[in-house]
Amino acid sequence: MSDGQSLRLALLGAPNCGKSSLFNALTGGKAKVANYPGVTVEYRKGDFTLPSGQAIELLDLPGVYGDCGHSMDERVALDAVRGNLEGERAPDAIVFMMDASHINTHLHNVLQAKNHGLPIILVLNMMDMAARDGITIDLPALEREIGIPVISCVAVRGSGRSLLLDYLEEWGGDVSFGSAATPKEEKGDLKALQAKARSITSTAVSRVHQAETFSQRIDNWVLHPIMGLAILFTILFVMFQAVYTWSGPAMDLIEMAIGGLQRGAAAILPDGLITSLVVDGIIAGVGSVLIFLPQIIILFAFILLLEASGYMARAAFLVDTLMAKIGLNGRAFIPLLSSFACAIPGIMSARTIEQERDRITTILIAPLMTCAARWPVYFLIIGAFVPAEKVGVFSLQGLVAFGLILVGIVFALIMAAIFKRTLTKGESSGLLIELPSYKTPVFKDYIIGLWDRGMIFVNRAGRIILPASILIWGLMSFPANATTTAQTWAGKVGGLIEPLLRPIGFNLEIAISLIPAMAAREVAVSSLATIYSIGGTNADDTLRDLIAANWTLPTALAFLAWFVFAPQCLSTFAIIRKETNSWKWPLFAFGYLFVLAYIAAGVTYHVSLAMGLS
Amino acid sequence: MTKRLTDLAKSETGVILDFDDSDPALSTRLREIGFAEGDNVTPLHFGLFGKNPMSVRVNGAQIALRREDAQAILLKAVKSEASA
Repeated sequence: MSDGQSLRLALLGAPNCGKSSLFNALTGGKAKVANYPGVTVEYRKGDFTLPSGQAIELLDLPGVYGDCGHSMDERVALDAVRGNLEGERAPDAIVFMMDASHINTHLHNVLQAKNHGLPIILVLNMMDMAARDGITIDLPALEREIGIPVISCVAVRGSGRSLLLDYLEEWGGDVSFGSAATPKEEKGDLKALQAKARSITSTAVSRVHQAETFSQRIDNWVLHPIMGLAILFTILFVMFQAVYTWSGPAMDLIEMAIGGLQRGAAAILPDGLITSLVVDGIIAGVGSVLIFLPQIIILFAFILLLEASGYMARAAFLVDTLMAKIGLNGRAFIPLLSSFACAIPGIMSARTIEQERDRITTILIAPLMTCAARWPVYFLIIGAFVPAEKVGVFSLQGLVAFGLILVGIVFALIMAAIFKRTLTKGESSGLLIELPSYKTPVFKDYIIGLWDRGMIFVNRAGRIILPASILIWGLMSFPANATTTAQTWAGKVGGLIEPLLRPIGFNLEIAISLIPAMAAREVAVSSLATIYSIGGTNADDTLRDLIAANWTLPTALAFLAWFVFAPQCLSTFAIIRKETNSWKWPLFAFGYLFVLAYIAAGVTYHVSLAMGLS
Repeated sequence: MTKRLTDLAKSETGVILDFDDSDPALSTRLREIGFAEGDNVTPLHFGLFGKNPMSVRVNGAQIALRREDAQAILLKAVKSEASA
């Protein structure tokens, strides 16, 4: 392999020991990093070059404790190491990572990994944290006892990686010439390996007894059965209030900029179709969604902080008491919480759930979590119909949004309870997670994470909303002699499903907007913007004003109720198809969400009519 | 009668004697994540309903698990120290 071919190294190790952080640091990659077990559920490749010119191809793998492959993510990691991944050759060597603070509990994992039959080194990560916790590791003794090279490392700091890079320089050469030794096989079962590991750590690792660590002191509050739940609820409540109350000024700025852009375009462009396309189609459509960028940024500012600090696993612990009662798997919480950003990574992270039926249950209810794409819909309708008043110190609009999110969660739990007693019957268990030490987020990673989330939102505007807006504009503008929405092509298409939706209070404009919203939920907002912009006479009216003027309150409430369930979003069904490897579950998910959305909207509409709302 | 991890009160420390092998996959998982014979284990926190789940200190790590899994960990003796 000395012919200049790149050397393939696999990053193996327990969940949350810092593999993805090292991967990002070395390859300049953008793997998601956070402080909870199970962040990485898919393998990822990246390249870098050692100073000697040796090219390295690094494989970042999901965390795995042993060599059994209990769950899907663990099997991905083990398949990668064994060369069983389709279209991927086996790695040349293993870089085994371990959180130095957890060496006492995890050392047997590296003994097991020696049996993969590949050259292997042990990288002890977060050596600085271990030192802070009073742990001293005798590296030469450790190296002697386990019979493989041991390197200390702090993956998130350049100086902390220099020892590792120096070592790779030397060892990489040996691996590529085939002269690096494959370690001697470790004989004995897991029990025997654990006994061996314990005897090694008893001599090579010393720990100064500490009365109570910083993490433990925080946990006395955060994990308290009642106080802990109160803290969790408060965090979520403050988060959704902040999304509402802090975003105002930034939204006003964007709104002004969009208005200015529309007036500018109308002034420059010749009157007629082109102007209408740019002003009513593109700017109104894309702008109507982009205006929610501040909310998305604030939302993720909170979520990323919770993920990076180590709180996520605590939240999973707190809520598990309820999850166990319902019959949900303990590992379902993190996939569900991730689904608040987007159901797609949430559904993928259900791979950490061992029992197949529990994984399916989790996948089926993940779309009920309020994903970022629903926010524009909620913001628009709440902004149009709920007065911007305060209830005590709370924003009323924020309270309504929080209520909608709770409704989604409650229905997710109800549906899970139903599925667990019918379709996916069977015992559930499997919380079994390590609660990581609290960490201060790395500022740079935090800002990059926030930037990435913002850009995903903006890119969607370009990739999905722009073409959808142009499409809707086209369908709304022709035939040219149409005088009402119903006479346009869009009206004709919408008219096909409008009879189905009329009983639940939806008008023709809503019917039209729901069709392209299959691509992504927020397209409903951009489509409404285009539809009303073409019909609008006063250019200064915002979409919010137009909706408030054109819809009755029962219709608006029914629309909100629909979007709690919203069977839209093709990508969600595509990922369910991929993750379950069948058509049955995506079709079932679509079906049940559609039925729930329809019933919820219908009930909401008729109840609010009966209450005399208008 | 055999003592199990689930029999310990908050902050009570026990020493692991063995694993209940009636579900071999479970005892393997418990071993892999870091429980082994001879380890000191101390429950630190309990969930609201039925003390489920529980979080346990073992060898400086904190592991959260449900009671139905924790009962597979069998204990030798019960010390009454405040912490592990």
